[in-house]
Amino acid sequence: MTAQAARKAAPNPIRALGRSTLAAISTVGGVGVFAVRGVAAALSPPWFFGQLWRQIVAIGFFSLPVVGLTAVFTGAALALNIFTGGGRFNAEQVMPQIVALGITRELGPVLAALMLAGRVSAAIAAEIGAMRATEQIDAMRTLSTDPFRYLVGPRLLAGVLMLPILTAVADTIGVAGGWLVATRVLDFSPTVYIRNTISFLESWDIISGLIKAGVFGFIVTLMGCYHGYNASGGARGVGRATTHAVVSSAILIFASDYLLTTFFTHAAK
Amino acid sequence: MTQTPKLAWKGVTKRFGGRAVLDGLDLSVAPGKSLVIIGGSGQGKSVTIKTALGLLRPEAGEIELDGKNIVGLSEGARRKLFSRIGVLFQGAALFDSLTIWENVAFRLLNADGVSRKVAKDRAIEALEQVRLAPSVADRYPSELSGGMQKRAGLARAVVAQPEILFFDEPTTGLDPITAAAINELISNQVRRLGSTAVSITHDLASAQTIGDEIAMLHDGKIIWRGPAAELHTTDNPYVRQFVEGRAEGPISHAV
Repeated sequence: MTAQAARKAAPNPIRALGRSTLAAISTVGGVGVFAVRGVAAALSPPWFFGQLWRQIVAIGFFSLPVVGLTAVFTGAALALNIFTGGGRFNAEQVMPQIVALGITRELGPVLAALMLAGRVSAAIAAEIGAMRATEQIDAMRTLSTDPFRYLVGPRLLAGVLMLPILTAVADTIGVAGGWLVATRVLDFSPTVYIRNTISFLESWDIISGLIKAGVFGFIVTLMGCYHGYNASGGARGVGRATTHAVVSSAILIFASDYLLTTFFTHAAK
Repeated sequence: MTQTPKLAWKGVTKRFGGRAVLDGLDLSVAPGKSLVIIGGSGQGKSVTIKTALGLLRPEAGEIELDGKNIVGLSEGARRKLFSRIGVLFQGAALFDSLTIWENVAFRLLNADGVSRKVAKDRAIEALEQVRLAPSVADRYPSELSGGMQKRAGLARAVVAQPEILFFDEPTTGLDPITAAAINELISNQVRRLGSTAVSITHDLASAQTIGDEIAMLHDGKIIWRGPAAELHTTDNPYVRQFVEGRAEGPISHAV
Protein backbone atom coordinates (compact mmCIF):
# COMPACT_ATOMS: atom_id res chain seq x y z
CA MET A 1 0.00 0.00 0.00
CA THR A 2 2.78 2.42 0.94
CA ALA A 3 4.72 1.52 -2.18
CA GLN A 4 1.61 2.17 -4.22
CA ALA A 5 1.05 5.52 -2.55
CA ALA A 6 4.67 6.48 -3.16
CA ARG A 7 4.34 5.52 -6.81
CA LYS A 8 1.32 7.75 -7.18
CA ALA A 9 2.96 10.65 -5.36
CA ALA A 10 6.07 10.80 -7.53
CA PRO A 11 5.42 10.77 -11.29
CA ASN A 12 9.02 10.10 -12.15
CA PRO A 13 9.89 10.58 -15.85
CA ILE A 14 12.41 7.74 -15.77
CA ARG A 15 9.79 5.46 -14.26
CA ALA A 16 7.30 6.52 -16.95
CA LEU A 17 9.89 5.80 -19.63
CA GLY A 18 10.58 2.40 -18.12
CA ARG A 19 6.90 1.58 -17.95
CA SER A 20 6.22 2.49 -21.57
CA THR A 21 9.33 0.61 -22.70
CA LEU A 22 8.20 -2.50 -20.85
CA ALA A 23 4.71 -2.13 -22.29
CA ALA A 24 6.14 -1.81 -25.81
CA ILE A 25 8.35 -4.88 -25.39
CA SER A 26 5.49 -6.93 -23.97
CA THR A 27 3.24 -5.88 -26.89
CA VAL A 28 5.88 -6.89 -29.44
CA GLY A 29 6.31 -10.20 -27.63
CA GLY A 30 2.55 -10.67 -27.47
CA VAL A 31 2.14 -10.03 -31.19
CA GLY A 32 5.03 -12.38 -31.94
CA VAL A 33 3.59 -15.25 -29.89
CA PHE A 34 0.15 -14.59 -31.38
CA ALA A 35 1.58 -14.64 -34.92
CA VAL A 36 3.42 -17.93 -34.33
CA ARG A 37 0.27 -19.57 -32.91
CA GLY A 38 -1.78 -18.17 -35.80
CA VAL A 39 0.63 -19.45 -38.46
CA ALA A 40 0.85 -22.85 -36.78
CA ALA A 41 -2.95 -23.02 -36.74
CA ALA A 42 -3.15 -21.98 -40.40
CA LEU A 43 -0.61 -24.56 -41.56
CA SER A 44 -1.61 -27.69 -39.63
CA PRO A 45 -4.83 -29.72 -39.58
CA PRO A 46 -7.66 -29.72 -38.72
CA TRP A 47 -8.57 -27.05 -41.24
CA PHE A 48 -11.94 -25.34 -41.33
CA PHE A 49 -12.42 -25.01 -45.08
CA GLY A 50 -15.86 -23.46 -44.73
CA GLN A 51 -14.39 -20.66 -42.64
CA LEU A 52 -11.49 -20.22 -45.08
CA TRP A 53 -13.88 -19.90 -48.02
CA ARG A 54 -15.99 -17.33 -46.14
CA GLN A 55 -12.91 -15.24 -45.45
CA ILE A 56 -11.67 -15.53 -49.03
CA VAL A 57 -14.99 -14.15 -50.22
CA ALA A 58 -15.15 -11.45 -47.52
CA ILE A 59 -11.53 -10.33 -47.85
CA GLY A 60 -10.91 -10.94 -51.54
CA PHE A 61 -14.09 -10.66 -53.52
CA PHE A 62 -15.82 -7.89 -51.58
CA SER A 63 -12.68 -5.72 -51.57
CA LEU A 64 -12.56 -5.65 -55.38
CA PRO A 65 -14.67 -2.48 -55.86
CA VAL A 66 -12.78 -0.34 -53.37
CA VAL A 67 -9.37 -1.53 -54.57
CA GLY A 68 -10.35 -1.06 -58.23
CA LEU A 69 -11.63 2.49 -57.70
CA THR A 70 -8.55 3.49 -55.75
CA ALA A 71 -6.30 2.07 -58.45
CA VAL A 72 -8.01 3.71 -61.43
CA PHE A 73 -7.93 7.20 -59.91
CA THR A 74 -4.38 6.84 -58.65
CA GLY A 75 -3.20 5.62 -62.07
CA ALA A 76 -4.92 8.55 -63.76
CA ALA A 77 -3.52 11.17 -61.35
CA LEU A 78 -0.07 9.62 -61.51
CA ALA A 79 -0.10 9.83 -65.32
CA LEU A 80 -0.98 13.54 -65.23
CA ASN A 81 1.66 14.35 -62.61
CA ILE A 82 4.45 12.44 -64.31
CA PHE A 83 3.53 13.96 -67.66
CA THR A 84 3.75 17.47 -66.18
CA GLY A 85 6.95 16.71 -64.25
CA GLY A 86 8.55 14.92 -67.18
CA GLY A 87 7.74 17.90 -69.40
CA ARG A 88 10.19 20.06 -67.42
CA PHE A 89 13.09 18.17 -69.01
CA ASN A 90 11.35 17.03 -72.17
CA ALA A 91 10.77 13.50 -70.97
CA GLU A 92 6.97 13.35 -71.31
CA GLN A 93 7.23 10.32 -73.55
CA VAL A 94 8.55 7.99 -70.78
CA MET A 95 5.41 8.64 -68.74
CA PRO A 96 3.80 5.20 -69.52
CA GLN A 97 6.89 3.35 -68.33
CA ILE A 98 7.13 5.32 -65.08
CA VAL A 99 3.43 4.93 -64.36
CA ALA A 100 3.73 1.18 -64.88
CA LEU A 101 6.81 0.93 -62.67
CA GLY A 102 5.32 3.08 -59.92
CA ILE A 103 2.10 1.11 -59.85
CA THR A 104 3.45 -2.43 -60.00
CA ARG A 105 6.38 -1.99 -57.64
CA GLU A 106 4.90 0.41 -55.13
CA LEU A 107 1.43 1.88 -55.39
CA GLY A 108 -0.52 -1.24 -56.39
CA PRO A 109 0.47 -3.30 -53.34
CA VAL A 110 0.58 -0.39 -50.86
CA LEU A 111 -2.77 1.11 -51.85
CA ALA A 112 -4.52 -2.24 -51.98
CA ALA A 113 -3.07 -3.04 -48.53
CA LEU A 114 -4.16 0.32 -47.09
CA MET A 115 -7.67 -0.17 -48.41
CA LEU A 116 -7.68 -3.62 -46.80
CA ALA A 117 -6.39 -2.14 -43.55
CA GLY A 118 -9.43 0.10 -43.46
CA ARG A 119 -11.92 -2.42 -44.70
CA VAL A 120 -10.76 -5.81 -43.50
CA SER A 121 -8.52 -5.20 -40.49
CA ALA A 122 -11.20 -3.05 -38.86
CA ALA A 123 -13.95 -5.57 -39.60
CA ILE A 124 -11.91 -8.49 -38.23
CA ALA A 125 -11.01 -6.58 -35.05
CA ALA A 126 -14.62 -5.56 -34.48
CA GLU A 127 -16.02 -9.04 -35.11
CA ILE A 128 -13.50 -10.95 -32.99
CA GLY A 129 -13.57 -8.19 -30.34
CA ALA A 130 -17.36 -8.47 -30.06
CA MET A 131 -17.03 -12.26 -29.83
CA ARG A 132 -14.55 -11.78 -26.98
CA ALA A 133 -16.87 -9.30 -25.22
CA THR A 134 -19.88 -11.64 -25.41
CA GLU A 135 -17.90 -14.73 -24.26
CA GLN A 136 -18.24 -16.40 -27.68
CA ILE A 137 -14.49 -17.11 -27.74
CA ASP A 138 -14.66 -18.74 -24.29
CA ALA A 139 -17.72 -20.68 -25.46
CA MET A 140 -15.82 -21.90 -28.52
CA ARG A 141 -13.01 -23.24 -26.33
CA THR A 142 -15.49 -25.09 -24.10
CA LEU A 143 -16.89 -26.66 -27.29
CA SER A 144 -13.46 -28.28 -27.88
CA THR A 145 -12.67 -25.96 -30.80
CA ASP A 146 -9.45 -23.94 -30.89
CA PRO A 147 -10.28 -20.29 -31.71
CA PHE A 148 -6.87 -19.97 -33.37
CA ARG A 149 -7.80 -22.66 -35.86
CA TYR A 150 -11.38 -21.58 -36.33
CA LEU A 151 -11.01 -17.78 -36.33
CA VAL A 152 -7.39 -16.70 -36.74
CA GLY A 153 -5.89 -19.26 -39.12
CA PRO A 154 -8.48 -18.90 -41.93
CA ARG A 155 -8.24 -15.09 -41.79
CA LEU A 156 -4.43 -15.07 -41.99
CA LEU A 157 -4.48 -17.55 -44.85
CA ALA A 158 -7.15 -15.62 -46.74
CA GLY A 159 -5.18 -12.37 -46.31
CA VAL A 160 -1.92 -13.85 -47.60
CA LEU A 161 -3.69 -15.50 -50.56
CA MET A 162 -6.07 -12.72 -51.55
CA LEU A 163 -4.04 -9.52 -51.27
CA PRO A 164 -1.61 -10.56 -54.09
CA ILE A 165 -4.63 -11.28 -56.29
CA LEU A 166 -6.18 -7.93 -55.40
CA THR A 167 -2.83 -6.30 -56.14
CA ALA A 168 -2.67 -7.92 -59.57
CA VAL A 169 -6.11 -6.45 -60.22
CA ALA A 170 -4.99 -3.06 -58.88
CA ASP A 171 -1.87 -3.15 -61.12
CA THR A 172 -3.98 -3.80 -64.20
CA ILE A 173 -6.64 -1.20 -63.38
CA GLY A 174 -4.02 1.36 -62.30
CA VAL A 175 -2.17 1.08 -65.60
CA ALA A 176 -5.52 1.29 -67.36
CA GLY A 177 -6.26 4.52 -65.46
CA GLY A 178 -2.99 5.98 -66.72
CA TRP A 179 -3.82 4.80 -70.23
CA LEU A 180 -7.24 6.48 -70.10
CA VAL A 181 -5.78 9.86 -69.18
CA ALA A 182 -2.93 9.48 -71.65
CA THR A 183 -5.17 8.67 -74.59
CA ARG A 184 -8.17 10.88 -73.77
CA VAL A 185 -6.48 13.94 -72.30
CA LEU A 186 -2.85 13.89 -73.39
CA ASP A 187 -3.04 12.63 -77.02
CA PHE A 188 -0.91 9.49 -76.54
CA SER A 189 -1.48 6.73 -79.06
CA PRO A 190 -3.44 3.89 -77.37
CA THR A 191 -1.40 1.09 -78.95
CA VAL A 192 1.97 2.76 -78.40
CA TYR A 193 1.15 3.34 -74.73
CA ILE A 194 0.37 -0.32 -74.19
CA ARG A 195 3.32 -1.52 -76.26
CA ASN A 196 5.71 0.73 -74.30
CA THR A 197 4.32 -0.46 -71.00
CA ILE A 198 4.57 -4.14 -71.84
CA SER A 199 8.02 -4.03 -73.42
CA PHE A 200 9.40 -1.97 -70.52
CA LEU A 201 8.09 -3.94 -67.55
CA GLU A 202 10.17 -6.85 -66.27
CA SER A 203 8.50 -9.77 -64.57
CA TRP A 204 10.36 -8.94 -61.36
CA ASP A 205 8.62 -5.52 -61.21
CA ILE A 206 5.31 -7.33 -60.93
CA ILE A 207 6.45 -10.29 -58.82
CA SER A 208 8.20 -8.12 -56.22
CA GLY A 209 4.97 -6.16 -55.85
CA LEU A 210 2.98 -9.36 -55.38
CA ILE A 211 5.44 -10.63 -52.74
CA LYS A 212 5.01 -7.34 -50.88
CA ALA A 213 1.25 -7.83 -51.11
CA GLY A 214 1.49 -11.27 -49.50
CA VAL A 215 3.39 -9.78 -46.54
CA PHE A 216 0.91 -6.90 -46.27
CA GLY A 217 -2.00 -9.35 -46.36
CA PHE A 218 -0.47 -11.13 -43.37
CA ILE A 219 0.04 -7.85 -41.50
CA VAL A 220 -3.50 -6.58 -42.10
CA THR A 221 -5.25 -9.78 -40.99
CA LEU A 222 -2.82 -10.39 -38.11
CA MET A 223 -3.41 -6.90 -36.67
CA GLY A 224 -7.18 -7.33 -36.96
CA CYS A 225 -7.10 -10.72 -35.23
CA TYR A 226 -4.60 -9.71 -32.54
CA HIS A 227 -6.38 -6.54 -31.46
CA GLY A 228 -9.82 -8.16 -31.62
CA TYR A 229 -8.73 -11.26 -29.70
CA ASN A 230 -7.20 -9.16 -26.94
CA ALA A 231 -10.02 -6.62 -26.74
CA SER A 232 -11.24 -5.92 -23.21
CA GLY A 233 -13.74 -3.55 -21.67
CA GLY A 234 -16.97 -4.04 -23.62
CA ALA A 235 -18.09 -1.73 -26.43
CA ARG A 236 -15.34 0.80 -25.80
CA GLY A 237 -12.76 -1.95 -25.90
CA VAL A 238 -14.06 -3.11 -29.28
CA GLY A 239 -13.82 0.47 -30.58
CA ARG A 240 -10.28 0.75 -29.29
CA ALA A 241 -9.34 -2.58 -30.84
CA THR A 242 -10.67 -1.45 -34.23
CA THR A 243 -8.69 1.79 -34.13
CA HIS A 244 -5.50 0.03 -33.06
CA ALA A 245 -5.92 -2.58 -35.78
CA VAL A 246 -6.20 0.03 -38.56
CA VAL A 247 -3.45 2.32 -37.27
CA SER A 248 -0.96 -0.46 -36.54
CA SER A 249 -1.69 -2.13 -39.90
CA ALA A 250 -1.04 1.12 -41.77
CA ILE A 251 2.23 1.85 -39.95
CA LEU A 252 3.48 -1.71 -40.34
CA ILE A 253 2.58 -1.66 -44.05
CA PHE A 254 4.72 1.45 -44.66
CA ALA A 255 7.61 0.23 -42.49
CA SER A 256 7.72 -3.23 -44.05
CA ASP A 257 7.30 -1.67 -47.51
CA TYR A 258 10.51 0.26 -47.03
CA LEU A 259 12.35 -2.78 -45.63
CA LEU A 260 11.15 -5.03 -48.45
CA THR A 261 12.02 -2.45 -51.11
CA THR A 262 15.53 -2.12 -49.65
CA PHE A 263 15.89 -5.88 -49.57
CA PHE A 264 14.68 -6.30 -53.17
CA THR A 265 16.97 -3.53 -54.41
CA HIS A 266 20.00 -5.19 -52.83
CA ALA A 267 18.93 -8.63 -53.96
CA ALA A 268 18.63 -7.40 -57.56
CA LYS A 269 22.24 -6.15 -57.62
CA MET B 1 -15.61 -38.00 2.86
CA THR B 2 -15.46 -41.53 1.47
CA GLN B 3 -16.31 -40.72 -2.12
CA THR B 4 -13.95 -38.85 -4.47
CA PRO B 5 -15.67 -35.61 -5.40
CA LYS B 6 -16.42 -35.10 -9.08
CA LEU B 7 -14.92 -31.64 -8.98
CA ALA B 8 -12.98 -29.94 -6.20
CA TRP B 9 -11.28 -26.60 -5.72
CA LYS B 10 -8.42 -26.93 -3.21
CA GLY B 11 -6.94 -23.73 -1.83
CA VAL B 12 -7.49 -21.88 -5.11
CA THR B 13 -6.26 -18.31 -5.20
CA LYS B 14 -6.75 -15.95 -8.13
CA ARG B 15 -5.61 -12.34 -8.08
CA PHE B 16 -6.47 -9.42 -10.33
CA GLY B 17 -4.15 -6.45 -9.99
CA GLY B 18 -3.09 -7.39 -6.47
CA ARG B 19 -6.63 -8.08 -5.20
CA ALA B 20 -7.33 -11.72 -4.34
CA VAL B 21 -10.73 -12.43 -5.90
CA LEU B 22 -10.46 -16.06 -4.84
CA ASP B 23 -8.58 -16.40 -1.58
CA GLY B 24 -7.80 -20.04 -0.91
CA LEU B 25 -11.16 -21.33 -2.09
CA ASP B 26 -12.06 -24.86 -0.92
CA LEU B 27 -15.15 -26.34 -2.48
CA SER B 28 -16.22 -29.68 -3.86
CA VAL B 29 -19.20 -31.31 -5.48
CA ALA B 30 -20.07 -35.01 -5.33
CA PRO B 31 -20.83 -36.97 -8.51
CA GLY B 32 -24.38 -36.49 -9.76
CA LYS B 33 -25.09 -33.62 -7.38
CA SER B 34 -26.08 -30.10 -8.24
CA LEU B 35 -24.19 -27.36 -6.40
CA VAL B 36 -25.23 -23.73 -6.59
CA ILE B 37 -22.81 -20.97 -5.63
CA ILE B 38 -24.51 -17.78 -4.48
CA GLY B 39 -23.01 -14.45 -3.56
CA GLY B 40 -23.04 -10.77 -4.37
CA SER B 41 -21.64 -9.19 -7.49
CA GLY B 42 -17.86 -9.11 -7.66
CA GLN B 43 -17.39 -11.83 -5.04
CA GLY B 44 -15.65 -14.19 -7.45
CA LYS B 45 -18.51 -16.42 -8.62
CA SER B 46 -17.67 -16.16 -12.32
CA VAL B 47 -13.97 -16.50 -11.58
CA THR B 48 -14.68 -19.74 -9.69
CA ILE B 49 -16.25 -21.29 -12.79
CA LYS B 50 -13.64 -19.86 -15.14
CA THR B 51 -10.77 -21.38 -13.15
CA ALA B 52 -12.45 -24.79 -13.34
CA LEU B 53 -12.89 -24.36 -17.10
CA GLY B 54 -9.25 -23.39 -17.55
CA LEU B 55 -10.25 -20.00 -18.98
CA LEU B 56 -8.43 -18.40 -16.05
CA ARG B 57 -5.35 -19.87 -14.40
CA PRO B 58 -5.18 -19.64 -10.60
CA GLU B 59 -1.95 -18.49 -8.95
CA ALA B 60 -2.19 -21.11 -6.25
CA GLY B 61 -4.14 -24.25 -5.41
CA GLU B 62 -5.40 -27.22 -7.34
CA ILE B 63 -8.61 -28.02 -9.13
CA GLU B 64 -9.35 -31.73 -9.27
CA LEU B 65 -11.64 -33.57 -11.61
CA ASP B 66 -12.24 -37.16 -10.47
CA GLY B 67 -9.29 -36.68 -8.12
CA LYS B 68 -6.86 -35.54 -10.83
CA ASN B 69 -5.41 -32.02 -10.95
CA ILE B 70 -6.49 -30.14 -14.08
CA VAL B 71 -4.70 -26.82 -13.53
CA GLY B 72 -2.23 -26.04 -16.31
CA LEU B 73 -3.28 -28.81 -18.69
CA SER B 74 -1.98 -28.58 -22.25
CA GLU B 75 -4.31 -27.18 -24.92
CA GLY B 76 -4.85 -30.62 -26.38
CA ALA B 77 -5.65 -32.28 -23.05
CA ARG B 78 -7.95 -29.41 -22.18
CA ARG B 79 -9.79 -29.80 -25.50
CA LYS B 80 -10.31 -33.47 -24.75
CA LEU B 81 -11.53 -32.65 -21.26
CA PHE B 82 -14.04 -30.17 -22.66
CA SER B 83 -15.80 -33.01 -24.48
CA ARG B 84 -17.04 -34.12 -21.02
CA ILE B 85 -18.20 -30.63 -20.06
CA GLY B 86 -21.16 -28.46 -21.05
CA VAL B 87 -21.42 -24.75 -20.29
CA LEU B 88 -24.33 -22.34 -20.43
CA PHE B 89 -22.88 -18.82 -20.51
CA GLN B 90 -24.51 -15.79 -18.96
CA GLY B 91 -25.47 -14.13 -22.24
CA ALA B 92 -25.90 -17.57 -23.88
CA ALA B 93 -22.80 -16.69 -26.00
CA LEU B 94 -24.33 -18.10 -29.17
CA PHE B 95 -22.24 -17.57 -32.32
CA ASP B 96 -24.19 -14.91 -34.16
CA SER B 97 -22.84 -15.80 -37.60
CA LEU B 98 -24.28 -19.33 -37.34
CA THR B 99 -27.86 -20.59 -37.33
CA ILE B 100 -29.36 -22.01 -34.13
CA TRP B 101 -28.87 -25.63 -35.16
CA GLU B 102 -25.26 -24.96 -36.20
CA ASN B 103 -24.75 -23.40 -32.77
CA VAL B 104 -26.27 -26.35 -30.94
CA ALA B 105 -24.30 -28.81 -33.08
CA PHE B 106 -21.06 -26.76 -33.01
CA ARG B 107 -19.13 -29.36 -31.04
CA LEU B 108 -20.45 -32.22 -33.17
CA LEU B 109 -19.58 -30.44 -36.43
CA ASN B 110 -16.23 -28.92 -35.55
CA ALA B 111 -14.68 -31.16 -32.91
CA ASP B 112 -16.33 -34.57 -33.30
CA GLY B 113 -16.50 -34.69 -37.10
CA VAL B 114 -20.17 -35.68 -37.22
CA SER B 115 -21.80 -35.28 -40.64
CA ARG B 116 -24.04 -32.24 -41.12
CA LYS B 117 -27.15 -34.34 -41.56
CA VAL B 118 -26.69 -36.38 -38.38
CA ALA B 119 -25.57 -33.27 -36.47
CA LYS B 120 -28.70 -31.40 -37.51
CA ASP B 121 -30.93 -34.27 -36.39
CA ARG B 122 -29.21 -34.36 -33.01
CA ALA B 123 -29.42 -30.58 -32.70
CA ILE B 124 -33.17 -30.62 -33.38
CA GLU B 125 -33.56 -33.40 -30.82
CA ALA B 126 -31.70 -31.27 -28.25
CA LEU B 127 -33.83 -28.26 -29.15
CA GLU B 128 -36.94 -30.33 -28.50
CA GLN B 129 -35.54 -31.25 -25.07
CA VAL B 130 -35.53 -27.53 -24.19
CA ARG B 131 -38.94 -27.08 -25.84
CA LEU B 132 -37.85 -25.14 -28.89
CA ALA B 133 -39.67 -26.00 -32.11
CA PRO B 134 -37.68 -27.44 -35.04
CA SER B 135 -38.65 -24.32 -37.03
CA VAL B 136 -36.24 -22.35 -34.82
CA ALA B 137 -33.30 -24.43 -36.05
CA ASP B 138 -32.67 -22.42 -39.21
CA ARG B 139 -32.97 -19.00 -37.64
CA TYR B 140 -30.12 -16.83 -36.38
CA PRO B 141 -29.56 -15.98 -32.67
CA SER B 142 -30.41 -12.30 -33.20
CA GLU B 143 -33.91 -13.30 -34.33
CA LEU B 144 -34.64 -14.99 -30.97
CA SER B 145 -35.77 -13.53 -27.64
CA GLY B 146 -33.45 -13.63 -24.63
CA GLY B 147 -35.28 -16.60 -23.13
CA MET B 148 -35.14 -18.55 -26.39
CA GLN B 149 -31.43 -17.78 -26.71
CA LYS B 150 -30.91 -19.19 -23.20
CA ARG B 151 -32.80 -22.34 -24.21
CA ALA B 152 -30.68 -22.71 -27.33
CA GLY B 153 -27.57 -22.21 -25.18
CA LEU B 154 -28.83 -24.94 -22.85
CA ALA B 155 -29.42 -27.25 -25.82
CA ARG B 156 -25.84 -26.59 -26.96
CA ALA B 157 -24.54 -27.41 -23.47
CA VAL B 158 -26.37 -30.74 -23.21
CA VAL B 159 -26.21 -32.00 -26.82
CA ALA B 160 -23.11 -34.16 -26.25
CA GLN B 161 -24.39 -35.53 -22.91
CA PRO B 162 -21.63 -34.10 -20.70
CA GLU B 163 -20.63 -35.43 -17.29
CA ILE B 164 -20.42 -31.95 -15.81
CA LEU B 165 -22.59 -28.95 -16.55
CA PHE B 166 -21.78 -25.35 -15.66
CA PHE B 167 -24.45 -22.66 -15.54
CA ASP B 168 -23.30 -19.04 -15.33
CA GLU B 169 -26.15 -16.87 -14.05
CA PRO B 170 -28.77 -18.83 -16.02
CA THR B 171 -31.70 -16.55 -15.17
CA THR B 172 -30.07 -13.12 -15.19
CA GLY B 173 -31.94 -10.69 -17.42
CA LEU B 174 -35.05 -12.85 -17.80
CA ASP B 175 -38.58 -12.14 -16.56
CA PRO B 176 -39.76 -14.29 -13.59
CA ILE B 177 -41.89 -16.62 -15.71
CA THR B 178 -39.19 -17.26 -18.30
CA ALA B 179 -36.67 -17.64 -15.47
CA ALA B 180 -38.87 -20.29 -13.81
CA ALA B 181 -39.15 -22.14 -17.12
CA ILE B 182 -35.35 -22.08 -17.59
CA ASN B 183 -34.83 -23.31 -14.01
CA GLU B 184 -37.20 -26.18 -14.61
CA LEU B 185 -35.49 -27.10 -17.88
CA ILE B 186 -32.09 -27.01 -16.21
CA SER B 187 -33.14 -29.34 -13.39
CA ASN B 188 -34.85 -31.67 -15.88
CA GLN B 189 -31.76 -31.88 -18.06
CA VAL B 190 -29.39 -32.40 -15.14
CA ARG B 191 -31.61 -35.20 -13.82
CA ARG B 192 -32.07 -36.77 -17.26
CA LEU B 193 -28.32 -36.89 -17.95
CA GLY B 194 -27.33 -37.72 -14.37
CA SER B 195 -24.64 -35.06 -14.69
CA THR B 196 -22.88 -33.18 -11.94
CA ALA B 197 -23.88 -29.52 -12.08
CA VAL B 198 -22.22 -26.35 -10.83
CA SER B 199 -24.22 -23.13 -11.13
CA ILE B 200 -23.62 -19.58 -10.03
CA THR B 201 -26.43 -17.16 -9.44
CA HIS B 202 -27.68 -14.39 -7.19
CA ASP B 203 -31.28 -15.43 -7.89
CA LEU B 204 -32.40 -17.32 -4.77
CA ALA B 205 -35.46 -18.88 -6.38
CA SER B 206 -33.22 -20.24 -9.09
CA ALA B 207 -30.70 -21.51 -6.53
CA GLN B 208 -33.37 -23.47 -4.67
CA THR B 209 -34.92 -24.95 -7.80
CA ILE B 210 -31.75 -26.21 -9.44
CA GLY B 211 -29.52 -26.89 -6.43
CA ASP B 212 -29.21 -29.91 -4.14
CA GLU B 213 -26.71 -27.93 -2.16
CA ILE B 214 -25.97 -24.23 -1.88
CA ALA B 215 -22.66 -22.59 -1.04
CA MET B 216 -22.23 -18.90 -0.36
CA LEU B 217 -19.12 -17.14 -1.63
CA HIS B 218 -17.93 -13.98 0.07
CA ASP B 219 -14.54 -12.28 -0.21
CA GLY B 220 -13.12 -15.20 -2.17
CA LYS B 221 -14.03 -17.85 0.43
CA ILE B 222 -16.99 -20.14 1.07
CA ILE B 223 -18.64 -18.80 4.23
CA TRP B 224 -21.63 -21.12 4.34
CA ARG B 225 -22.64 -24.37 2.77
CA GLY B 226 -25.70 -26.53 3.25
CA PRO B 227 -28.65 -28.34 1.66
CA ALA B 228 -30.82 -26.11 -0.51
CA ALA B 229 -33.73 -26.39 1.95
CA GLU B 230 -31.66 -24.87 4.77
CA LEU B 231 -31.07 -21.60 2.94
CA HIS B 232 -34.02 -19.98 4.66
CA THR B 233 -33.51 -21.55 8.10
CA THR B 234 -29.79 -21.05 8.70
CA ASP B 235 -28.79 -18.39 11.23
CA ASN B 236 -25.53 -17.55 9.46
CA PRO B 237 -25.60 -13.73 9.51
CA TYR B 238 -24.11 -13.39 6.01
CA VAL B 239 -26.68 -15.72 4.47
CA ARG B 240 -29.47 -14.02 6.43
CA GLN B 241 -28.47 -10.60 5.10
CA PHE B 242 -28.22 -11.92 1.54
CA VAL B 243 -31.51 -13.83 1.67
CA GLU B 244 -33.39 -10.95 3.27
CA GLY B 245 -31.77 -8.44 0.93
CA ARG B 246 -30.74 -5.94 3.61
CA ALA B 247 -28.20 -3.20 2.93
CA GLU B 248 -26.95 -3.35 6.55
CA GLY B 249 -25.17 -6.34 8.00
CA PRO B 250 -21.83 -8.11 7.98
CA ILE B 251 -21.60 -7.74 4.19
CA SER B 252 -20.76 -4.17 3.30
CA HIS B 253 -20.47 -3.53 -0.40
CA ALA B 254 -18.22 -0.85 -1.71
CA VAL B 255 -20.98 0.62 -3.86
